[in-house]
Amino acid sequence: MQIVVCIKQVPETKTVAICPETGVLIRDGVDSIMNPFDLYALETALRIKEQLGATISVISMGPSQAETVIREAYQMGADRGYLLSDRAFAGADTLATSYTLAQGIGKIGSYDLILCGLQTTDGDTAQVGPGIAEVLGIPHESNVVEIVESSLDQVTVVSDLGTELHTKKVKFPCLLTVTKEVGEPRLLSHRLRMETKNWPVVTFTSQDFSGEKKKYFGLSGSPTQVERTFPPESNRDHEIWKGSGSELSSRLIKKLQELRFVGGAHDAQN
Amino acid sequence: MMLRINKERCTLCEACLSTCPFAALERVGDEIVVLDTCRLCGMCVRNCPVEAMFIEKQGEDLTEASLKETRNVIVIAEYDNKQLHPVTLELVGKGRAMADQISGELACVLMGCDCDKEATSLLEYGVDVVYLYDHKAFGHFTIEPYTNAVEDAIRDFEPAIALFAATPLGRSLAPRVAARFRTGLTADCTTLEVRENGELVQIRPAFGGDVMAQIITPKHRPQMATMRHKISEPARPRHNPGSKVVRRELTDELLQSGITVVNVQKRPPESSISDAEIIVACGRGVGNRETLGLVEELARLIGGQVGVTRPLVETGFANYRQQIGLSGRAVRPKLLITVGVSGAVQFTAGITGAETIVAIDSNPEAPIFQVCHYGLVGDLNEILPILIDSLKG
Ligand SMILES: Cc1cc2nc3c(=O)[nH]c(=O)nc-3n(C[C@H](O)[C@H](O)[C@H](O)COP(=O)(O)OP(=O)(O)OC[C@H]3O[C@@H](n4cnc5c(N)ncnc54)[C@H](O)[C@@H]3O)c2cc1C
Ligand SMILES: Nc1ncnc2c1ncn2[C@@H]1O[C@H](COP(=O)(O)O)[C@@H](O)[C@H]1O
Repeated sequence: MQIVVCIKQVPETKTVAICPETGVLIRDGVDSIMNPFDLYALETALRIKEQLGATISVISMGPSQAETVIREAYQMGADRGYLLSDRAFAGADTLATSYTLAQGIGKIGSYDLILCGLQTTDGDTAQVGPGIAEVLGIPHESNVVEIVESSLDQVTVVSDLGTELHTKKVKFPCLLTVTKEVGEPRLLSHRLRMETKNWPVVTFTSQDFSGEKKKYFGLSGSPTQVERTFPPESNRDHEIWKGSGSELSSRLIKKLQELRFVGGAHDAQN
Repeated sequence: MMLRINKERCTLCEACLSTCPFAALERVGDEIVVLDTCRLCGMCVRNCPVEAMFIEKQGEDLTEASLKETRNVIVIAEYDNKQLHPVTLELVGKGRAMADQISGELACVLMGCDCDKEATSLLEYGVDVVYLYDHKAFGHFTIEPYTNAVEDAIRDFEPAIALFAATPLGRSLAPRVAARFRTGLTADCTTLEVRENGELVQIRPAFGGDVMAQIITPKHRPQMATMRHKISEPARPRHNPGSKVVRRELTDELLQSGITVVNVQKRPPESSISDAEIIVACGRGVGNRETLGLVEELARLIGGQVGVTRPLVETGFANYRQQIGLSGRAVRPKLLITVGVSGAVQFTAGITGAETIVAIDSNPEAPIFQVCHYGLVGDLNEILPILIDSLKG
C-alpha cells in the first residue's frame, strides 16, 4: 500500500512578522516545528503500515529549511521524503497550495491513501486537504477522529461533524484529514536518526512540471489577494480604571449592578 | 480534467487500448501514455481490470467575461435531517443584505432527504430561489454528492458570491467547491462587505500576525467565504412575492460516491459557550489551576460560563470546546469579563459580537484595553478574591 502524508513546517511562536506591503508572512528568525496536526496524520500512517505493510512518503511545500520536518518524519518511520521548494511556489493561497501539493503527489507515483492534518497552526484554514482531494478527483473525509479498520482497498473511519459522529467506509484512493483524537504520535527515534541520517530528500521545483501548470503555482495561481493589512479597530468608547484591588472590585460591582448583571442595585444606591 | 494512469497498478494488459473509441492510448515501452485526442469518455476507466485508470478532475476558470454580469448571491444551508442549523439563517441574513446592495437575487442550496418543509420555510426569510436536492443520498453528509449539487446550483445561478457556514461540514465542502471552480475561498471572516461593483471584501485576522487582513478575489467567480455561527444577525421574516423552490434533477453521476455511511450517532446538544449570555474568559495570566478555580467561582456567581484563550487549551488547562477566538468559537454574550487575556487579534476575532466587555489585566498596554468597554488595570490575584467575596456577601 502507498500512503502519502502532507506535512508542513510552521512557526513555533506567535511572534511572526507580516510584510506590510504584500501582507505575506515573514518567517525568518522564528523557531519552526512540524505542524502539530500533521504529527497525528503521520502517526495514523505509521499505525496502518504496522498493521498492513505500506510505503509512507511524506511531502511538504516550503522553503529548503522545511527539510527539517521531513527528517523528523524519517525519525518517526516514514520511508521517503519529498520537498516542493521553489520561489515560484511562494505566496500561494490555499488553492495554489492544494494544487501544487496535488501535482507533487502525482509525481511521486501512485497512492492509495493521502493523509493531512485537520489544519495548520499558522494558516488555520483546514482548506488544503479537501483542495488536494478535489484536484486529484478522489473522495475525502475531514475531521477524522478514529480509524476503525483499514484494508488494502478501503478504510472505515469515524468523523466528527459537531452534532453527529459519522462512521463511513471510504474507498481508496482517498484523502483523510485527521484530528488529535486519532492517537498520540510517537517520539522521534534515536536509532532511526542514525539510520536515516544520509537518506536523501527529493526536491521538486517548478521546472519539474509542465509549462501550462506553472500559472497555477504560487502568488500568480492564487485567486485571493491581500489588499491591505491594518491594526484591529479600537474606536470604542472605553473607560480605563486604575486603583487598588478593592477599589477596582467595588467599582466593577457597582457597574455590574447598574447594568443589571447582578442584583442589589437598589440596596447599593440606598 | 485529465485521464491518469496509476503505474504501479497497471499490468500492461493493454485492455484499455482496444476499448478506447478515440485511439487516444498508446503503449510506449513499459508505459501506457494518454494522447491529447482523449475525450475523457471514461470507457477505459470502466473497463480496466485492475482499476489503474482514473480521471483527475480539475476546476475550470469561470471566464472573466462573466464577471460584470453576475450580481447574485448564493448561500449553502446546513441541514441535518431534523432541522436547519441556526447558522443557515445568519447566512441568509447576510446574503440578503448583500444581494439587496448590489441589486442581485439570493439563492439558497438545500441538500437533504424529505425536506420540502424546510425548503419552503426558507422562502419566508427573503430567499428568492431555493435549489432543493432531495434524495436519500443527501440524508447524511458525503462529500461527492454534496459538492456536485453545489456545483450544479452555482452553474445554474451564476452567483458573484457564495457563502458557506464555517462548521465542520462547511469547512469540508467549501474548499472542495472552491477548487472545482478554481476560485478563492477565505475562511472564518469576521467582517464581510460588498462593494458597488459586486466585489466581496473579506476581513479576518491575518494568518498568524497581530493584524487584520483585507482580502479580495478580484478575478474569479464566485467569490467564496465561510462565516462562523454567531458572527452575523439571523435573517428576519420578510414578504417576498415570486420566490420559489426549484427541485433539481438528480443524475446517477451527481449522486455517485466512493464513500458509504455505515452509522450515524447523534450527539446530545452540548451547552456551548456560543450561546452563553454571560462569559468569564481567562487567559495565560491565570497561571495555575487554583486561580482557574477562582475564575470558575466568579462565573458561577454571576451565572456565566468559563471561556479560555488558546494557550490554556494547548497546555491542557481547559477543553477545546471552551476556546474563544479564530480557531475556537465565536461568542455573542451580553457580558464578557476577560481575566489575564492580552487580547491578540485571533482572540478578539471571536468576541466581536459581545455587548459589554470588561477586561482585567495587569499590563496597561495590553491590546485588550483597546477593545473593552471597562478596563481594570490591576493584578487579578488581588481583584478576583475581593470580587468573589463581595458577590457572595
Ligand atoms: C492561526 C492562529 C489562530 C489562533 N487562534 C486563537 C484562538 O482561537 N483563541 C485564542 O485565544 N488565541 C488564538 N491564537 C493565539 C493568539 O495569537 C494569542 O497567542 C493568545 O490569544 C494569547 O493568549 P493569552 O491572552 O491567554 O496569553 P498572553 O498573550 O500571554 O496574555 C496573558 C495576559 O495576562 C496578563 N497577566 C499576567 N499576569 C497577570 C496578573 N497577575 N494579573 C492580571 N493580568 C495578568 C498579561 O499582562 C497578559 O496581558 C491563535 C494564533 C494563531 C497564529
Ligand atoms: N505547505 C504545505 N506542505 C505540506 N502540507 C501542507 C501544506 N499546507 C497545508 N498542508 C496540509 O494541509 C493541512 C491543512 O492545512 P491548512 O489548510 O493550512 O489549515 C495540514 O495539516 C497539512 O497536512
